[in-house]
Amino acid sequence: MDWDIVIGIETHVQLRTNTKQFSGASTKYGSEPNSQACLVSMAYPGVLPVLNKESVNNAIRFGLAIDAEIASRSIFARKNYFYPDLPKGYQISQFELPIVGRGKLSIDIGSDSKDIRILRAHLEEDAGKSTHGIIDGKSGIDLNRAGTPLLEIVTEPDLSSAEEAVTYAKKLHNLVQWIGICDGNMQEGSFRCDVNVSVKKKGTSELGTRREIKNLNSFRFIKQAVDYEVNWQIERLEDGGKIEQATILFNPESGETKSMRSKEEANDYRYFPDPDLLPLIITDKDIEEIKKTMPELPEEMKTRFEKDLGLSAYDAEGITSSRDVTKYFLKLIDLEANAKLSANWVLGNLFSQLNDKEIDISDSPILPEQLSTLINRIEDGTISNNAAKKVFEILWKDTGKEVNLIIDELGLKQISDVNEVDGIVDEVLKNNSAMVEEFKSGKDKAFNALVGQVMKASKGKANPAQVSSILKEKLSK
Amino acid sequence: MLNLSLKEISQALEEKKFTSVELTKFFLNRVKKHNPSLNAFITVDEGKSLAMAENADQLIQSGKKSILTGIPIAQKDIFCADGWKTTCGSKMLDNFISPYDSTVIHKFNNAGAVNLGKTNMDEFAMGSSNETSYFGPVKNPWNLNCVPGGSSGGSAVAVAARLAPAATGTDTGGSIRQPASLCGFTGLKPTYGLVSRYGMIAFASSLDQAGPMAISAEDCALMLDVMTGHDEKDSTSLNRKKENYSNSLDKEIKGLRIGIPKEFFEDGLDSDVQKLIEAALKQYEKLGAKIVDISLPNNYLAIPAYYVIAPAEASSNLSRYDGVRYGYRTKEYDDLMDMYFKTRQEGFGDEVKRRILIGTYVLSAGYFDAYYLKAQKIRRLISNDFKVAYEKCDVIMGPSAPSVAFKSGEKQEDPLAMYLQDIFTISTNLAGLPAMSIPAGFVNNLPVGLQLIGNHFEESKILNVAHIYQQNTDWHLHSPKGID
Repeated sequence: MDWDIVIGIETHVQLRTNTKQFSGASTKYGSEPNSQACLVSMAYPGVLPVLNKESVNNAIRFGLAIDAEIASRSIFARKNYFYPDLPKGYQISQFELPIVGRGKLSIDIGSDSKDIRILRAHLEEDAGKSTHGIIDGKSGIDLNRAGTPLLEIVTEPDLSSAEEAVTYAKKLHNLVQWIGICDGNMQEGSFRCDVNVSVKKKGTSELGTRREIKNLNSFRFIKQAVDYEVNWQIERLEDGGKIEQATILFNPESGETKSMRSKEEANDYRYFPDPDLLPLIITDKDIEEIKKTMPELPEEMKTRFEKDLGLSAYDAEGITSSRDVTKYFLKLIDLEANAKLSANWVLGNLFSQLNDKEIDISDSPILPEQLSTLINRIEDGTISNNAAKKVFEILWKDTGKEVNLIIDELGLKQISDVNEVDGIVDEVLKNNSAMVEEFKSGKDKAFNALVGQVMKASKGKANPAQVSSILKEKLSK
Repeated sequence: MLNLSLKEISQALEEKKFTSVELTKFFLNRVKKHNPSLNAFITVDEGKSLAMAENADQLIQSGKKSILTGIPIAQKDIFCADGWKTTCGSKMLDNFISPYDSTVIHKFNNAGAVNLGKTNMDEFAMGSSNETSYFGPVKNPWNLNCVPGGSSGGSAVAVAARLAPAATGTDTGGSIRQPASLCGFTGLKPTYGLVSRYGMIAFASSLDQAGPMAISAEDCALMLDVMTGHDEKDSTSLNRKKENYSNSLDKEIKGLRIGIPKEFFEDGLDSDVQKLIEAALKQYEKLGAKIVDISLPNNYLAIPAYYVIAPAEASSNLSRYDGVRYGYRTKEYDDLMDMYFKTRQEGFGDEVKRRILIGTYVLSAGYFDAYYLKAQKIRRLISNDFKVAYEKCDVIMGPSAPSVAFKSGEKQEDPLAMYLQDIFTISTNLAGLPAMSIPAGFVNNLPVGLQLIGNHFEESKILNVAHIYQQNTDWHLHSPKGID
């Protein structure tokens, strides 16, 4: 039987603010446990929340970036449940009236683009962390993270494969960093996805029962977890079983998902408007002010690169896949490197090396200044593409070396003197009369063989295009 | 030093007739002598109080005195005070030493006032008789067999028995006005948001409001001058220009329109109390005021709405008392859940548990609309009743409580009868309005309070109206016998 996969994602984005959502405590990561737990973080008797305006501005930035409605009036609510790392016994979140309403984010699937509808994004606060085993036989609680501002971004169930889920997550991950509202550090938990997965018989409209995979903090885990979960659900259904609504956890070590709690065990969160906070009012003027500070968005830049620089859609997408990649690319363009060649080199050789060594492009050992020189040497015909690859390899290993010097040292300069190439061609034609005959009797393949001979004779230094045109000219005589 | 008004004490300190240390010692001695029978204070710390008094004396010496400098004030144990045990009347916080000052305490400290000690109260301010306190019931100084009212019972008795020149209280459904009525002094609950709630341990956040408890309206005005003001630490604190409440006390009240809601004089009001309220209104007419009949048609819904909204907020506000970070934790437990259950079972008293249960219930899935949302609708209707009424009158008057102080234990087993104690006070909390209780006579040697309800931000007006009455009567100057 064929099945449709239906996926929706809730992403918790830690907002990049200096202080917490409702207090002045620092949000710095990795400090001594509880050194950033102020009285509000610890929910002391009598303390009250005061909303962080910076996080509100961040939420508005996100709303603008996904072309969403921004609520002129939104409400903070209390989500009540008991847990040791939730000091107040409730989380302040937004329930009925979120700050950001409907919007969309488009993703590229192959050569098509698909709009993923964003249902809402709301402000809330993070919980602390429980640690087990540090203190003998006891559990510890670190409230440094308690109260850290979060924006929870919720999609409609518009994603239909693990690949789409990952593509969406990557796109969103790029966007929130691009507009400066999140540091994007997934290992530190700044960007975490809860993925809702269900399957239904192909073509039917009724949605299946979903299970929610909690807290996925890497793209690889999203892929693995969704793949596993989809197979699990399909197998179960095909065996005549039923899917129960549940919250599940993914174990990266086993690659399996496991139920954490069923619907029956789910909390009744007893949401109600938080009487300690007034409704959040946002005026058109507030929005206009923030609009002025918005950068050109990746989508806009992508379109511009296609139009103005002649990049392919695929290349433009790749170049705008992260702010750092774009920055690197734009530096190459500033240094007057050819745009298409630049895109090819960044997305090709540079990316493959960076990915292989797990290096961030902002830490690339090959600097834009070096790569632009290399690209310019290709464009002005000094070296061939193949020669450039050799130079690139040397640059990667021997960082800081001058491009032109490497070309000279290895003698990679192309022979661009027409007379010299002319001479080599004559020599080759003389020594390969059989091939020439073949060509003249209609065997086109022989032409390529002749080009190969000329390249060999020139020790690879001849310009293939030039060789080809000279050969053509001579053979047609 | 006994029976002096705050103004008189302030002047005496200024003129060096006595020092703050002498004054503070005088009241500490009264507390020492009478607290064993009255149980008005949970915490007294002579060392701390006298150090503050010494400090105040230095301010006075150097001419940096403001009106309350050097005056000892009894603080309800709901206000966090740095270094002081702050219990909120609960076993749950019996071991809690606050590491910070509430805004109210901070403001009194800044004014140079002396903290005389922390007063007893119903547990987490839930009660109308001060019998739910973990630290034992407070006794009414007019009759030790009677309750003082609640929840600010300790502060009430501190003022009534002259153990302190003045005190602070909080009022969520009547917790300043009802004890003021039952103990025979002046108490004011300001407009919601006028006094910062920061550091005031929350019961029902949308209703809680701190206010002064003192002998006279004039004293209350002087206290209010210190207590009010916008506070960035409380998002519900009102951002408006600070008023001076002691400036306009003497304004004439000729032509004042006093609205009398007929609903305040129906079932449930003791007939002797009613006679005294009517006499007080006659007095006002003599002073030039006019009586206007008004109606608050939805007042009968105030108690049901309140007992949905207040417990709902309380159930959430009290979730933080889980034994994890501070306060009481059960001695032995098997696991986390066991620790939660036992801690809260042992740490909270019955009334608190009752309200947590009610609150949890009304917020539950499936019941939220029928209870919480409906109660919020009623709240708007009640607010609207007042809005309509104030088109016809300037202040509203009626009884503060349905009866004089009742016997200890009398209503303890009957929560509904206890809840009815607040039948005349609760609607003003729901509407966020300012209201006062002032002494208006005695029934069987027990005080009766007249309630004055003002429109939003009209504290100045009701203080003025109360002050004029007190200039022409002496009910507020009576004090219980046998407390010397």
